[in-house]
Amino acid sequence: MSVITVDNISKHYIIDHKRGKGGGTLRDMVSENVRSWFGKKRPGDEQVTHEEFWALRDVSFSVEQGDRVGIVGHNGAGKSTLLKILSKIIEPSSGSVRIRGRVASLLEVGTGFHPELTGRENIFLNGSLLGMSRSEIRKQFDAIVDFAGVEKFLDTPVKRYSSGMYVRLGFAISAHLDPEIMIVDEVLAVGDAEFQKKSLGKMRDNSASGRTILFVSHNLTAVQALCNKTLYFEKGQLLEQGETNAVIATYLSKVSRTRLCRSWDTPGEAPGNDLVRIKRIELIPQYPDNLTHIDVRTPMRVRFEFWNMMDRANLNLSMHLNSLTGECIFNVGSQSQSFEKGVVSGECVIPGYFLNDGSYTISMMIVKDTVTPLFNMEEGLTFDVEDYREGVAWYGKWPGYVRPQFGFTMDSLVAEPLNQRV
Amino acid sequence: MIPVGSEQWAGLTQVANYILPTVHCLLPTLMRTQEVIIQPGRSERHYWRDLWRNRELLYILSMRDVSVRYKQTALGAAWGLIRPLTTMLIMVFVFSKVAKLPPDPGIPYPLMVLGGITVWTFFATAFTQVSNSVTLNSNLVTKVYFPRLLMPLSSVAVSFIDFLVSLGLFVVLAIWYRFIPDWHLLFLPVFIVLAMLASFAFGLFFAVINVRFRDIGQLIPFIVQIGFYICPIAYSSRLVKTEWYYKFYILNPMVGIIDGFRWALLGERAYFDPRSILISVVLVLVCLTLSVYFFRQRENSFVDDI
Repeated sequence: MSVITVDNISKHYIIDHKRGKGGGTLRDMVSENVRSWFGKKRPGDEQVTHEEFWALRDVSFSVEQGDRVGIVGHNGAGKSTLLKILSKIIEPSSGSVRIRGRVASLLEVGTGFHPELTGRENIFLNGSLLGMSRSEIRKQFDAIVDFAGVEKFLDTPVKRYSSGMYVRLGFAISAHLDPEIMIVDEVLAVGDAEFQKKSLGKMRDNSASGRTILFVSHNLTAVQALCNKTLYFEKGQLLEQGETNAVIATYLSKVSRTRLCRSWDTPGEAPGNDLVRIKRIELIPQYPDNLTHIDVRTPMRVRFEFWNMMDRANLNLSMHLNSLTGECIFNVGSQSQSFEKGVVSGECVIPGYFLNDGSYTISMMIVKDTVTPLFNMEEGLTFDVEDYREGVAWYGKWPGYVRPQFGFTMDSLVAEPLNQRV
Repeated sequence: MIPVGSEQWAGLTQVANYILPTVHCLLPTLMRTQEVIIQPGRSERHYWRDLWRNRELLYILSMRDVSVRYKQTALGAAWGLIRPLTTMLIMVFVFSKVAKLPPDPGIPYPLMVLGGITVWTFFATAFTQVSNSVTLNSNLVTKVYFPRLLMPLSSVAVSFIDFLVSLGLFVVLAIWYRFIPDWHLLFLPVFIVLAMLASFAFGLFFAVINVRFRDIGQLIPFIVQIGFYICPIAYSSRLVKTEWYYKFYILNPMVGIIDGFRWALLGERAYFDPRSILISVVLVLVCLTLSVYFFRQRENSFVDDI
């Protein structure tokens, strides 16, 4: 049974370019009306343009009971607008939504928290804003306080809370809601790593009890861990929906812009500073015969050139290889060496059968005397590694960031049939 | 497993047959999952029921405003006492001692003034709070759904608490002057409710405009200031009843409410024109209906404009 049916939802705004700078005050409107009554027009009034902006356009999908749906897309893709429409905060311009069941939406951690009120008072305030009754809150009160770990500060105004405590308290309240459908927007982006893990775990527990969850996040790992289905939005349109791993793969392939070589001709336009400037950064794949794309087998060389503008300096290079979600997979540094003024180059080899399939970025840092970073070229290069398998009948996503081929052998040690063992 | 048809289960089956139809009748109510349909132009069909269901939220929002009001002040709720007291003392000095305005015959001037201040301050603060209620809660409007009328409704609470404090002050002063109210006091709640409805009726309208045009924030204190002088607070309506402009004067809905409030507290000796209260009731009810309608029309676009 589908609990949420979204049918051709659109939301558009009219952007009035004339009013763009000041915002409409009563005076503007009054003076405008007066002028138009008297048939006078200020020169420039004709330049008023109304531009339509579609935050969402013709979006349809349905969510089954117990689904955990991830929503991914760039900033401004319409994810939050969608959640706000589902939460009844924004009215759609056209289309309709049908929702069966009690909805709790969590667009912000600690909605309505008042800085002057104590933690205790805010639990009741926020809880009832999220749709809990006072008796429900009273029943869950100890669990909330315990989850947030703020026992000692219950009667302290939340303005005196550390930001971590504030977020923990906010999340704890929403984690103890008991709705049939839960709408969550990017709340895991806050809080420290340990708390994020705890919250994700709590959400997974919730979903295990048959609850439907809609979850917007930029953290693809979290989406992958939590959601079984995913919607991918781009510029207000639903580009793809389906099984999470497949949709995320599409998303990643759309966002990655493969850039294997970047170079600058003169130091004037090159990125860098007065001490060093980047001249060239290049990824050179060592393709085996008749291959034109990088796959898991391909060895690569990363070549790097920069202008050194210092007389005699001890320099070394430090390369970070990151996943597209920003996690560092490894960091290698070169030997430190003394250089005169001029162009310096470096090269690093990434062997084949090392990286798993996926999208990666390379950052290069120039370091002086092995301790002082002079310049960090972030996301200097972006590249994709495609999948390649031999002799494997399984085609699921190969887990992990690396796919090394370490020696792994098997032998049969017991020769006789097992059922004759004494 | 024992077959259901066997002897010892017969009794149980009978009981079950007796209960089951009842359960079947109950099931639809028990299993009823509420279905919500979101469409443009279709604001919640069950708006008023929703409003009632959210009464706990109304209480909590009211309590929030009340408990925040005097947070981190040294004197706390005493401010609710200090303000009407000083206003009264100054007005006694300016209007009674300096300008020599006469009170209604048989009524001490301070008592008359305090009666007026009490109900006017209640109206004025409630009116101001209601006008600002939506904009002050903009963080809620953009982040969570609830019937938006809860915001203006809850904002009345603070001024009501202040009003009760001020009324207490009036009682003390009445005892000081050995003034004993009579049966007129029974009508007091009527005028209190009317003052509240008036603040709501006028405030709600401005609350909606305020979302789009913040000019309202500048306008409200100005309206309140003017109101203070054109309403019978420092003086009695008796002084103007023979003037040519009296017929315009009583068109002010607050005239009836303030005079009526004083009449309920101080009895027959206070001046009270029944026509004025009729005008108040009609005006307040008409404005209230229009304001609520206006609010309901606009509330779905608050989030886009705020």
